[in-house]
Amino acid sequence: MKRFVWLVPVLYILFVLLPIYWLLNMSFKNTNEILGSFTLWPRVFTLENYRKIFTDPTWYGGYLNSLAYVLMNTVLSVTVALPAAYAFSRYRFLGDKHLFFWLLTNRMAPPAVFALPFFQLYSAIHLFDTRVAVALAHCLFNIPLAVWILEGFMSGVPKELDETAFVDGYPFWRFFIRIFIPTIAAGVGVAAFFCFMFSWVELLLAKTLTAVDAKPIAATMTRTASTSGYELGLLAAAGALTIIPGAFVIYFVRNYIAKGFALGRV
Amino acid sequence: MKTPNQKAWWLVVPVVLLVAFNALIPLMTVINYSVQETFGENVFFFEGVKWFQAVLHSERFHNSLQRQLLFTGIILAIEVPLGVAIALAMPRRGPWVSVCLVLVAMPLLIPWNVVGAMWNLLALPDIGLLGRTLNAVGIDYNYTRQPFAAWATLIAMDVWHWTSLVVLLAYAGLSAIPDAYYQAAKIDGASSGAVFRYIQLPKMKRVLTIAVLLRFMDSFMIYTEPIVLTGGGPGNATTLLSIDLVKVALGQFDLGPAAAMSLIYFLIVLLLSWIFYTVMTKDEAE
Repeated sequence: MKRFVWLVPVLYILFVLLPIYWLLNMSFKNTNEILGSFTLWPRVFTLENYRKIFTDPTWYGGYLNSLAYVLMNTVLSVTVALPAAYAFSRYRFLGDKHLFFWLLTNRMAPPAVFALPFFQLYSAIHLFDTRVAVALAHCLFNIPLAVWILEGFMSGVPKELDETAFVDGYPFWRFFIRIFIPTIAAGVGVAAFFCFMFSWVELLLAKTLTAVDAKPIAATMTRTASTSGYELGLLAAAGALTIIPGAFVIYFVRNYIAKGFALGRV
Repeated sequence: MKTPNQKAWWLVVPVVLLVAFNALIPLMTVINYSVQETFGENVFFFEGVKWFQAVLHSERFHNSLQRQLLFTGIILAIEVPLGVAIALAMPRRGPWVSVCLVLVAMPLLIPWNVVGAMWNLLALPDIGLLGRTLNAVGIDYNYTRQPFAAWATLIAMDVWHWTSLVVLLAYAGLSAIPDAYYQAAKIDGASSGAVFRYIQLPKMKRVLTIAVLLRFMDSFMIYTEPIVLTGGGPGNATTLLSIDLVKVALGQFDLGPAAAMSLIYFLIVLLLSWIFYTVMTKDEAE
């Protein structure tokens, strides 16, 4: 019994890989083969789907839009979250607990509730259909996420570090930027990774706030899926490409991934 | 101990401003709509709690709430035990740890609509691997027509997407148990059942609480995956709470009912968040 225990994770991993394999399989087929036959691997291996994505501006533009607002959002979220997380981990101040809880409620709020008011708010300030609008809107859940994760990491740093630095005469900001942030560099990386990820995977708000110019790749995909319907190979190739950013950096955060998903609380 | 310092507020101000801009203004808009009636052209009349009564008594809302609770109940019942079992079976040390962690975490990092599209391609009855196989072995399966098949596919998709979260959290809890505990249990001749019951489970209690709460809350706001996979159909069979809300708000532009529904939805989530927060801070105080 004990000798076969390794089968459990192996079977689960096979289950995890199955849909990914099928997606890749379809992305290398042409439409005729997808619709006309049922094959476990591409008989006629084609890169046509990928070529189309990299040459058609409506396709690769979607990737550029997504990357642009995701990066803006990540930088903004982590930058403002750093001092706030420090305040929460080191000091007691009026309303700190309520504020910390209020931040959490925004991470937990269903985006569907915000879809309509966001549409009106960002139209009113003339940011509708811009990358900035999506970057700002995703702050709703990414700033709380970053604050919670960073607070978790900062609480693990002994207070003696701060006290020694202040006794040595370091001004606050110099201590914070030169000494404290490098100390929790791993935490900053993890927070940035999760901001990137959650902004990258979100679609409802991104789609609501854009029309043509700033359309994210995810929305481009849903349109293709619903209207032309039969360009499944193209859809599969576009989907496969969206997996790359996650697959690329996952190795670096593997030991912190549980901590990140649990909002810094493991 | 934390030092009292009111100046710390200055460090929090940027966060408060940015989140408040995104959270409070929309919330005020929603509250505004929830108590008013409009006949277009931006003319509004005060209506009191009419919309709240309408939503709370509407069969449609009851149905989507029931579907939502059913969905959340089923996926919790599957994902939590399954996740714990997989975490227990994963290697604790050695070169395979990284490989397992990376592969297990894969589904969590895929955009939600791609998850939906992926399962769509997998489950298509004529050309998808899963749909074709099921039909080949004699099971009549078509998730776009049969409500049961749609539900089964939706649940399989969520299990595929999110069980890894439970695995990772449970695994993190297990890795934190010192070897000395296991050695002591070995000396006492404890069975593996007893080790699980008296060492592993108590040590995993905290992470499992987090896992259950996170899965509860996140499954409660699921939107993108089902909308891509089934679009809420066939009929209304898989119209969960968020899908219904978006249909009312952005599809029909019924501002009053949509706003009242949003607020009720939000209150449920607020209650859940409060439980989450209490659990987290209670544990940290200990």
